[in-house]
Amino acid sequence: MSASPSGKPSRVGDTPLVRRTLITLVLLVGAVLVLAPLIVIFAQAFSLGVGAFAATIAEPDTRHAIMLTVIVALIAVPVNTAFGLAAAWAVTKFDFPGKRLLIVIIEIPFSISPVVAGVAYLFVYGLQGVFGPALADANIQILFALPGIVLASMFVTAPFVARELIPLMQAQGRDLEEAATSLGASGWRTFWSVTLPNIRWALLYGVVLCNARVMGEFGAVSVVSGNIRGQTNTLPLHIELLYHDYQTAGAFAAASILTVLALVTIVAKVLLERQGAGRRSRVSVAAPVLLAEGQRP
Amino acid sequence: MKIRLDNVVKTFDTFRAVRGVSLEVASGELVALLGPSGSGKTTILRMIAGLEYADGGAIYFDAEDATAISVRDRGVGFVFQHYALFPHMTVAENIAFGMKVSKVKRSKTAIATRVSELLQLVQLEGLADRFPTQISGGQRQRVALARALAVDPKVLLLDEPFGALDAAVRRDLRLWLREIQEQLGITTLFVTHDQEEALDLADRVVILNDGVIVQEGSPQDVTRRPNSAFVTRFLGDTNRLFGRVAGGRAEIDGQAIAAPGLADGAAEIYVRPGDLDWSRSGEGMAATVTRVIDRPDSRRVLARLANGDAVELDVSPETDVARGDAGFLHIRRASVFAAPR
Amino acid sequence: MKRRVLPGLPLALGITLLYVGFIVALPLGALIYKAGTLGLEDYWRIVSSERAVASYRVTAGSAAIATAFNLVFGMALAWVLVRYQFPGKRLVDAIVDLPFALPTAVAGIALTTLFAANGWLGSPLASIGIPVAYTPLGIVVAMAFTSLPFIVRTVQPVLEDLDPALEEAGQSLGGSDWTIFRQVMLPLLAPALMAGVSLSFARSLGEFGAIIFIAGNQPMSTEITALLAFIRLEEYDYQAAAAIASVLLITAFVMLAVTNFLQARALRYTQRS
Repeated sequence: MSASPSGKPSRVGDTPLVRRTLITLVLLVGAVLVLAPLIVIFAQAFSLGVGAFAATIAEPDTRHAIMLTVIVALIAVPVNTAFGLAAAWAVTKFDFPGKRLLIVIIEIPFSISPVVAGVAYLFVYGLQGVFGPALADANIQILFALPGIVLASMFVTAPFVARELIPLMQAQGRDLEEAATSLGASGWRTFWSVTLPNIRWALLYGVVLCNARVMGEFGAVSVVSGNIRGQTNTLPLHIELLYHDYQTAGAFAAASILTVLALVTIVAKVLLERQGAGRRSRVSVAAPVLLAEGQRP
Repeated sequence: MKIRLDNVVKTFDTFRAVRGVSLEVASGELVALLGPSGSGKTTILRMIAGLEYADGGAIYFDAEDATAISVRDRGVGFVFQHYALFPHMTVAENIAFGMKVSKVKRSKTAIATRVSELLQLVQLEGLADRFPTQISGGQRQRVALARALAVDPKVLLLDEPFGALDAAVRRDLRLWLREIQEQLGITTLFVTHDQEEALDLADRVVILNDGVIVQEGSPQDVTRRPNSAFVTRFLGDTNRLFGRVAGGRAEIDGQAIAAPGLADGAAEIYVRPGDLDWSRSGEGMAATVTRVIDRPDSRRVLARLANGDAVELDVSPETDVARGDAGFLHIRRASVFAAPR
Repeated sequence: MKRRVLPGLPLALGITLLYVGFIVALPLGALIYKAGTLGLEDYWRIVSSERAVASYRVTAGSAAIATAFNLVFGMALAWVLVRYQFPGKRLVDAIVDLPFALPTAVAGIALTTLFAANGWLGSPLASIGIPVAYTPLGIVVAMAFTSLPFIVRTVQPVLEDLDPALEEAGQSLGGSDWTIFRQVMLPLLAPALMAGVSLSFARSLGEFGAIIFIAGNQPMSTEITALLAFIRLEEYDYQAAAAIASVLLITAFVMLAVTNFLQARALRYTQRS
């Protein structure tokens, strides 16, 4: 075993040969698999020039798809955030029977294929579904319209906020809330001035990830939206449509918008991780929550 | 404020944490709840605070039944074991919190005045704008106390108040807490597993085991007249010897110890290391020294009796004793209990 | 009703149950109900049809290869990120999450363009006789891309927390680097690796958006199960769609159970008292 330049004994795998080989290998494969697609997107988006790019973005159908995507996010993300907060509060501040089961159920959408989610929604609100005929009689349109897209988006992202908050609030325990209550604070007061300030980064982290997923969701939305151009096409669906229309540059122009969103999300993620958010849930999906219970005497 | 617990019971899932505890704490009294972990002491304190609800029995504050009053309205000051200081608030904001959320509206200046009074009381002037992470453990403890006192609680409750501190800081804070408590005259209960802490600080010590009170009394009562083998052992180092009781006297190696009221039969005789005398010759149990440990104010002698039992005793620092010496042990004082069957 | 010390349980639990019931449980229940109305014989006929079975083979086979690739590459990536210092390391660490952050449709068209016969990577590969786009290999590439972060992100924290004294002990006992890695470190990383593998595999089984662009989607050879369910829907064959979707759903539940079990095991090593 050779000594490393610093004069300290070498750690396992620290020999220059192993080290250089591994770093080179990883960077090479990483470049092919991750970096290359990123470059392709922007190269293709601007392949017909900046003018063509701008024209695609300005096209009414594209603008409509962007608007629809933003509207869906504006509804689904706040509702999901409220749910995540409520679920985390219920699960971490109280003990009740069935708690573990509830946590597992909250996590379920994370492991289900988005297409399955879409199909499942069809069997609730579609004409062949449970409520479909009744809704049709009442002239309420859920599927192939905004409500269906919002519902499907909420399904696929249901765990996003909750699973950032639950491990953190579990680790923080109940002392702070008990202290605030013993000093006479009301429930809302305790939540706003004691709980929320201590979970704000994790909350924001969950919201950012949730938003990215809502805006980028394809499989579930593609089943429930009906792909009506200029009406129920979200941005990812619009990309598919342009791509299959052989408008490759247009498709990539639209894709570049979502790519920028993804990059912004990653930057936000890194910044929030520096504030301590996200670290706890990095390993976890549901298991840590299940194990970290029972800190009561 | 007088506190009275009447046959209080608490069960967690299937674990019976507190099984029928009755207790009275006089107004202005400082009482320690002492016991090993799992003895139910913290649960009792939390029930008095309203942080747990009793499954059975009642808790009275003076004549008022407080059993069902929520912690928000119970008007107790609670100091948490790990302080539970709000990490995103400064020391001053932590102390002011209770006054800000109170139903009794106070002006900003009134709150500020009270905060600086309290900072003075806990000797933390100048740290008002620090965050909890920027101060030492002892300082945090004092902030937690100031925060609890800010709302003029009727009762002060402290959960293992010195548990998280170094030995040196702990001693200072102990004396200081006693001074503050006397100065304010507030009824105070604290929980500890450290017998020295309980005896140093409290007017009265309540010893718990397995969710019931095993003995309560002044530090003098419980140390000099422990009522059970458990209390004797829990309160400090002790030697256990085996003997027999006959006619109200326990016999061991020719030494007789009064054991009033004890039935005839096998007995356990507990002797503290300081209650054994060492002599080169004379009466008592024959013993051989196996080791001598020197301490600042005494010498601890480890010896072996003729029957092979190991005993420990403390002798004065001047005593001339060394490993291998043979001599005799005389019991000056002991507690005798019937041997468990 | 037992009294609670902290307020808000009825409200918080009420919202939670309402949301979970309405958003998660109701549709899944409806799907299971719909598949259940088929009758055992019809159900079996649909889910065991030649085309369906071929789609399971394509999906599970590709997912297995993609996961095996990610096991090796993800482990290497995690190792490099934890153990070595090099310029651009933080950028690499951040960009590992790109497959999670990038919408699958975007990943799909990007990978297709990249690996198409005239693409930057596709044309050199095609010229040596390895076509990627519109072949089963394309599916593997898309799956490998979308599930890449799982193994890295499960192994990384465990590797970070690995007590250096363990390898020092190994060294002091005279073990070679390779021996110490294999016999001391790998067993400690194994639970995290396994958890990552199961997450990665589960994600690959359910992936849709990234795959359908690159796969070619030929029945019997490059058609994944999720797509088959989708096609049955477009053919208005709702019962078949329900049956095939239910197969994916059951698989997901099994994978969830496996993952939870493996993560619970992984935590035995990561949680320090």
